[in-house]
Amino acid sequence: MALGQYLVNGLLQGGLYACLAVGFSLVWGVLNVVNMLHGSLVVLGAYFTLYGVQQMGLPLYLVVPAVCVALFLFGYAIQRSLLNRVMAQPILITLTLTFGLDLIVNNLILHVFSATPRSLVTDFGALEFLGIRIPVVRIGGMLVAGLLTLLLYWLLRHSRIGRAIIAVRMDRHAAALMGIRIPQIYALTFGIGAFMAAAAGCAVALIYPVTPMMSGVFLGKAFVICVLGGLGSVPGAIVGGVVLGLVEGIGTLVLGPQWATSMGFLLMMGVIVLFPAGLAGRKGYE
Amino acid sequence: MSTPILELKSVSRVFDGVRAVDNVSLRFHPGEIVGLIGPNGAGKTTLVNLISGFVPASAGDIVYDGRSLAGHKPHAIARGGIARTFQIVQPFANMTVLENVMAGALYAAGCGMKEARERAVECLVFTRLDGFRDTPASQLALANRKRLELAKSLAMNPRVLMLDEVNAGLNSSEIDEAIGMIRQIAARGITIIVIEHLMRVVRALAQRAVVLHHGAVVSEGSTDTVFNDPQVIEAYLGTKFAKRFTTEQA
Amino acid sequence: MTFDRLVFLRLLVGLALFAAAALSCAYLDNYQLQVFTTLAMFCVLCWGWNIVGGYMGYPSLATIAFFGVGAYADGIAQVQGLPIGAAWLCAAAAGAILAVLLGTALLRLKGHYFAIGTIATVEVCREISNNWSELTGGAIGLNIPIQAGDPDFVGRFFFLAMLGLALIAFLATVLVDCSRFGFGLRCIRENERAASMVGVDVFKYKVGAFVLSGALSAAAGGIYASMVAFIEPKDAFNLIMTIEIPVMVMLGGMGTVFGPLVGGVFYVVLKEFVWAYFINWHSGILGVIIVAVIYFLPQGAFGTSWSALFAKARSRARATP
Repeated sequence: MALGQYLVNGLLQGGLYACLAVGFSLVWGVLNVVNMLHGSLVVLGAYFTLYGVQQMGLPLYLVVPAVCVALFLFGYAIQRSLLNRVMAQPILITLTLTFGLDLIVNNLILHVFSATPRSLVTDFGALEFLGIRIPVVRIGGMLVAGLLTLLLYWLLRHSRIGRAIIAVRMDRHAAALMGIRIPQIYALTFGIGAFMAAAAGCAVALIYPVTPMMSGVFLGKAFVICVLGGLGSVPGAIVGGVVLGLVEGIGTLVLGPQWATSMGFLLMMGVIVLFPAGLAGRKGYE
Repeated sequence: MSTPILELKSVSRVFDGVRAVDNVSLRFHPGEIVGLIGPNGAGKTTLVNLISGFVPASAGDIVYDGRSLAGHKPHAIARGGIARTFQIVQPFANMTVLENVMAGALYAAGCGMKEARERAVECLVFTRLDGFRDTPASQLALANRKRLELAKSLAMNPRVLMLDEVNAGLNSSEIDEAIGMIRQIAARGITIIVIEHLMRVVRALAQRAVVLHHGAVVSEGSTDTVFNDPQVIEAYLGTKFAKRFTTEQA
Repeated sequence: MTFDRLVFLRLLVGLALFAAAALSCAYLDNYQLQVFTTLAMFCVLCWGWNIVGGYMGYPSLATIAFFGVGAYADGIAQVQGLPIGAAWLCAAAAGAILAVLLGTALLRLKGHYFAIGTIATVEVCREISNNWSELTGGAIGLNIPIQAGDPDFVGRFFFLAMLGLALIAFLATVLVDCSRFGFGLRCIRENERAASMVGVDVFKYKVGAFVLSGALSAAAGGIYASMVAFIEPKDAFNLIMTIEIPVMVMLGGMGTVFGPLVGGVFYVVLKEFVWAYFINWHSGILGVIIVAVIYFLPQGAFGTSWSALFAKARSRARATP
């Protein structure tokens, strides 16, 4: 039943991936900024969670929300202070700016937390059915990540702020004319992006050992998921995340684990060339 | 009847089920000025896009100088001698006025750099933009931008020139100047297709007029005949103008 | 081509610099030669990028993909027994071929998607070289036959080779700048649709620019590989380097002839300084430099209209009572 195991793993992974990418996708879709900081934000979330639980001895259900809120504020501040000035600039400028910020944050993480892998891996046992084994911790992590993503989706559709964000994504000039305060929306969206990255980081801390080097890996996956699912949409991130999870799972089964990441990038290149609007068909930014 | 330099044979263009251009057949002869009129959305700009190769035809054929234009890319068609202006002017914003016009000479007309420069200056003098040679195109006022489009198209050494609402947004005296310039261009033997909403411009310039409505040709003939055609009056001109026109004629 | 006074002056200044650099290698020790060789390499990469990113306005982040492919092409060629010069030509050819393939696939994308596509290319190339062990040696890396000769000779040999390539890149840039090809690239940067309407064969020009840029970058990779005699995927396809290149050119001025040179020199010198004194913080400081460049000098040294900047400052000073 190896195929089934890989499929289930892939699906669960998809939930985590969706949470990982949704913040990145939102920022790209609404602000038209490719946030190279995103991977580092995930790693930061993971490290803060580890710190809170291991160093300060606080229970998980307190640490996770605290970390998420802290990173939300951090993201909001960064956008308001640094990014707002370059909002109308071409992609090279914004991408390089966030890349520069990422170098700074990554260096800081390396210094404060050091490069030795740390993890919170605890064993709460596993569920078994039909010969497929799923550790409980994985389910927990994926579930929280997935739920938060759905919550975000609900928020975007049904709250005033959420609809304002979607309006800005569709047409920022028209939104401004309607009285929506664009700089605030930008900062808010960036903050939400950081929040979701932190949430993904918390989940990651529970499942894998964490090193600062992982920020690049997470960023890469976020890229792939965005291209697969289309920009700025939560359903797109979910679709992209699940597809990537499944592709990696099947890739691992068929070609071996070293090729898993390559599969993702090859798929992304294929989609970019053949379907520039993403598999979900939403028109992205040019 | 001389051979037409440009001929459209049952050309159609369909966008998502909408027939933007519907089975249009037209002939254009060397040196004539033809007015292309019709209400907004009639398909005039789409027709220009089809001829200039920007958009492929869904059906029918466009024959220029005896050769079919089907499958040719816009730059090849430009080099062949068909130039057009854009309704919403599209200059190379950060390049100077001179450089903008040089672009037309360099690629469509196939000049070398020095020759292109000389040609560009000629065209600028003709359109009275010579004083703005080194100004970035983005700093020009609207009327001058329209003239820049014209100068650029002239530098391309065209045999067919399509002017898409080149007078939109201009005041009365600027329009008179433009009419003068276009007459001089036609005197060089260049076929000109003028898309216009201003009837007095069409009357002043064009010997022949074609009326498009919902993508199809509704009326065609000498300007007088077309303006008197009851179908055209109903669809486009309105009875008030028609009455004024007939009283002016009397 | 307009061989006017400006072009002549540029050639004069450039050739003088190159001659001085070539002569200097008699007086420099091996470590200094290595630094200068690295500098020349970055200049090649910057000039190469400048054609696609500066003149044509397409934000390519695939420079390192070409660099790495060139490095591996050279490495594999040398391992197969080809003489070093032929191996370098292989590298350049590999870059050109990749450019044609990539260009056809990616150049119809714009802005963000083009940039992302180029980043993805770097990642895919790295993963392929990581996994295709039979060809590239995989993650362990590829050992390349070392150039024979005593250390002084070898150091000078590679320095002059890289300098020669830099000269080619410089001359190519001067040529592009004053020719109708460069003019066309600038038209494409301003307004691709209008460029097409004016008769520019946009597709041919875009691929041409990409091929020139790719061949230069790949050749640089080839010389680098022969020089260090060992390459592995994470060195050959270093994502940080691929973003540093546009930053260097931005520093100096995009779409200018000397911008890439000035930006490259400034950045490399700064990096050496930071590496020497702040090794633990060097990536963080690099980040600060990048942020500062984008904030204060977005047009770069040659791109900023200094006269306009001073005029603005003067008028502001006059305005305050």
